[in-house]
Amino acid sequence: MGRETNRYFKFDWVTIILFFLLVGFGWVNILSASNTGDVINYFDVSQPYGKQLAFILLTLVLIVLLLAVDAKFYERFSSVIYILSMLSLIGLFIFGKNVNGATSWYAIGGFTLQPSEFAKAATALAVAKYVSDLNTEINNLKDQLRTFVIILIPAFLVLLQNDTGSTIVYGAFFFVLYREGLPKIYLILSVLVVVLSVFSLKFGAIIAIIVAVVSLIIYKVFSKAKQTTLQSIFAIIVSAVLCFGIQFFYKSILKQHQKDRISLWLRLEKDPKKLEQMKRTFAYNLNESEKAISSGRFLGKGFMEGTRTTGKFVPEQHTDYIFSTVGEEWGFLGSSIVVILFVLLLLRILYLAELQKSQFSRVYGYSVASIIFMHFMINIGMVMGLIPTIGIPLPMFSYGGSGLWAFTILLFVFIKLDSNKINEW
Amino acid sequence: MRRLLLFSLIVFTGIVFIGRLSYLQIYKADSYSLYDDNAIRPVYDYPKRGFVYDRNGKLLVSNQPSYDVMVIPREVEPLDTVEFCELLKIDKERFIKTYKKARRYSPRLPSVFVSHLSKEDYAVLQEKMRKFRGFYIQKRSLRQYETSIGANVLGFIAEANRSIIKKNPYYKLGDLIGKQGVELSYENELRGTKGIKFIQKDRFNRDIGAYKGGALDTIPEPGKDITISIDSDLQEYGELLMQNKRGGIVAIEPKSGEILSLVSAPSYNPNLLVGRARSRNYTRLNNDTISRPLIDRGLLRMHEPGSPFKALVALAALQEHAITPETTIYCSGAYNYGGRRPMGCHCGTGRRNLIKGIEQSCNSYFANAFRKTIDMYDKPTKGMDVWSEHIKSFGLGNYLGYDLPIGKKGNIPDGDYYNKWYPGFRWGATTVISNAIGQGEVLVTPIQLANMTAAIANRGFYYTPHIIKDIKGDAIDRKFTEPKYTSIDKAFFEPVIQGLHDVYNKGTASFLKVPGIDICGKTGTAENFTKIDSVRTQLTDHSIFIAFAPKDNPKIAIAVFVENGYYGARWAGRITSLMIEKYLKREVTLKYMEKMVLEKSLEEEYAKPYSGKPFRINY
Repeated sequence: MGRETNRYFKFDWVTIILFFLLVGFGWVNILSASNTGDVINYFDVSQPYGKQLAFILLTLVLIVLLLAVDAKFYERFSSVIYILSMLSLIGLFIFGKNVNGATSWYAIGGFTLQPSEFAKAATALAVAKYVSDLNTEINNLKDQLRTFVIILIPAFLVLLQNDTGSTIVYGAFFFVLYREGLPKIYLILSVLVVVLSVFSLKFGAIIAIIVAVVSLIIYKVFSKAKQTTLQSIFAIIVSAVLCFGIQFFYKSILKQHQKDRISLWLRLEKDPKKLEQMKRTFAYNLNESEKAISSGRFLGKGFMEGTRTTGKFVPEQHTDYIFSTVGEEWGFLGSSIVVILFVLLLLRILYLAELQKSQFSRVYGYSVASIIFMHFMINIGMVMGLIPTIGIPLPMFSYGGSGLWAFTILLFVFIKLDSNKINEW
Repeated sequence: MRRLLLFSLIVFTGIVFIGRLSYLQIYKADSYSLYDDNAIRPVYDYPKRGFVYDRNGKLLVSNQPSYDVMVIPREVEPLDTVEFCELLKIDKERFIKTYKKARRYSPRLPSVFVSHLSKEDYAVLQEKMRKFRGFYIQKRSLRQYETSIGANVLGFIAEANRSIIKKNPYYKLGDLIGKQGVELSYENELRGTKGIKFIQKDRFNRDIGAYKGGALDTIPEPGKDITISIDSDLQEYGELLMQNKRGGIVAIEPKSGEILSLVSAPSYNPNLLVGRARSRNYTRLNNDTISRPLIDRGLLRMHEPGSPFKALVALAALQEHAITPETTIYCSGAYNYGGRRPMGCHCGTGRRNLIKGIEQSCNSYFANAFRKTIDMYDKPTKGMDVWSEHIKSFGLGNYLGYDLPIGKKGNIPDGDYYNKWYPGFRWGATTVISNAIGQGEVLVTPIQLANMTAAIANRGFYYTPHIIKDIKGDAIDRKFTEPKYTSIDKAFFEPVIQGLHDVYNKGTASFLKVPGIDICGKTGTAENFTKIDSVRTQLTDHSIFIAFAPKDNPKIAIAVFVENGYYGARWAGRITSLMIEKYLKREVTLKYMEKMVLEKSLEEEYAKPYSGKPFRINY
């Protein structure tokens, strides 16, 4: 075969090019957001842009290594990798360094490493391995629970480290499991939980229950499946418990800053004075980020010319809020291109995943797409004020070595698996 | 089906994001401007405001530095408040109040703590300023008046208020703008154009450097110096003569329309409206509703012109061929018109021709001339319209179009005016006969009167009066250099001027002669009514005088109006003669007359209506 004559053609260059486009444009924006106004020395590792450039160069080495390893290695050693990764998360409770309230870093000299970023890739491998095992039947409740445990262990560990954002990302595996045959009831339940949560917080538990009852009646009328009255009553009771439970959860379990973020998102606060107060305090970041994006208009203010970026109006702009720099300096055009690049990358991965002949590769590919999608949706949605503030980075874009490498590993392991599909018989 | 879930979510998210981006960046963001961006602070660099010189090159208005003490509250450290208050000449309460106010405004941004320190206070304070952390001195520019006269002409500048800022975005809060006089009329020339520096700020509102490296910054363009047509010696002398009197003097150079002096009495020292005491002084001047020093009487005081108006009545009659210079009438000491109360005349009785009529200011003669003019036409409305047009061609009855910001139209009635007054009634020349002698419905301002005199002096044309003589590096408005012609033929002016000349030589103003100068003039006396406790009460007449000199090739045309000055020659006439001599000879030989005018105070006269007691008038 022609493709076999040149081993490099095995790799999916579309994905690789999209990856580098995002990384490169991300770095351009990090440069702008972290520029201090002094003369720019690209290799000045005391500045974020210099560090990130070093990370990107090291990424090249990492990619070569990842692609050099035999594809079977990843499948065979997935359990070991998973266990090592979980141990690194547990180790944080002893050796971890606290940054911004989250104990998520190992500090080695002047260098910090965030194992939770890598844990996503490890979990993806483990899930792929377990689900693709011949003995696993995903419709089987026991196997479902085992799969959940694999996912929930890292999710719970990062939650204990106060990294709520990363915990939510593990929700991505729902898409993977659903694709692999998880019963529909989980999808219905998840949608129900989300809808009822929003309704009960926004309009109160009573209205949420009424909505639940009405939808149940409609379902009953139009559905062909037979449902006993007992089942209906049970569903209503579950909904009611859920609604009050959500309210209790919101009022008593969530921390104040989480409550504030949700209240801002659902527009629960009506008093204009308090709204002004919010804009100056916890909503400051979002408000400034929206303003920065807005001020970019159609064409943007131009590279390094964003007044709000230069003035450092948006805190954390080179990390989680990097997309606001894109918005301000590159305008609607640049921002849309970034969104489209992400969508293309995600669809490409999905397309490749569906082409895989081994279930392991397919599940893993699906996991990659789901994880990147969660990051993409939550991060850009947050920066533009569409969803509550959840601090996770924009893949390939945000400043940070751990994140960049973790996504590189995540993606390039899949590219390697994909390149090997021809041998999978 | 299961494959579609993530696929559709990805596509859906992409669409939602692009939708949100178009909302934020296209729909919501159409009003972005560098000035509204709170990451950018425009800092203005104020140019030097132009100087004002008089026609002889004497500097009238320049600039002086002024020093404001500024405070940035969060940088303030504990200080010796007693010493600080003493240096600033404020008390402790004021210190605390101002400090709290500044803190409330913003702890990070500078506020004015004390404005307009004098140079002396500044010198003392400057040495000790380092002791007071968080305070600093900011230099500003204020007007410096090199003279104490001409406040009404020079005007003043003050901070632009919000309505001005709304109308003209050039001005920002705290900018100074001309509010009156030439400061207002020539604001655009005097102010120059300020420069702008765009400063990039960070989120703590600190300056972190020039935006785009200063590529958009502009340098200030200094204001232009202007020369005004005022002769400051004459102006000063006019103001001196008008002391303790109320009224206005307007002197115009007929061959150019330049205003030589524009005196309004009482006036004020322009230095009062500069610096720290500005606000207090302005309030005091503005609240003086009895002598009203802020009102420019030369431009705003509308009054009946009285007898000087007869010159125009005569010119209109000559133009309409209602009379000839030789037309005579016999004055019996009163003018009878159809069974009404006759119009009295104080000319002494006798046969009058035009020249004699002007010389003796004979009411009967001009009543007759006016009546004949109106009766030249079938209908009085038509006659009145024609007459009105002639009078208006002298610049009366409407704004003159001079380059000072204030004015009054005055009133010259026409046919329609009386048609409205007498709806359905018949009216004729005799109904409105008072206009013939400058009373009735005719109203003028002193500057209109002076302009009318200049038109007579020029034998039929005038230049729009103006205060500007020269703008450095710019031409003055063309409308000031183009003559405006009256509707009267040049030939008709000679007999009238002869009459005005005789007024000075043998008529009502013969005691006002100035040796060596051929003056033509006309006295005027206007009745003066007021309401005291809603009762119409007559007060002492206003004294009015117009004149131009020399008779041939006139150099000055002047109108003087003295409130409650009694007959025209008494005060207005004397002041006119002194002003003319001062201007033409540069010194005054009529020392006796000068002394008399200077010593005369009319304050007692002005106080009469407020005394609450019965009083005598016209003595």
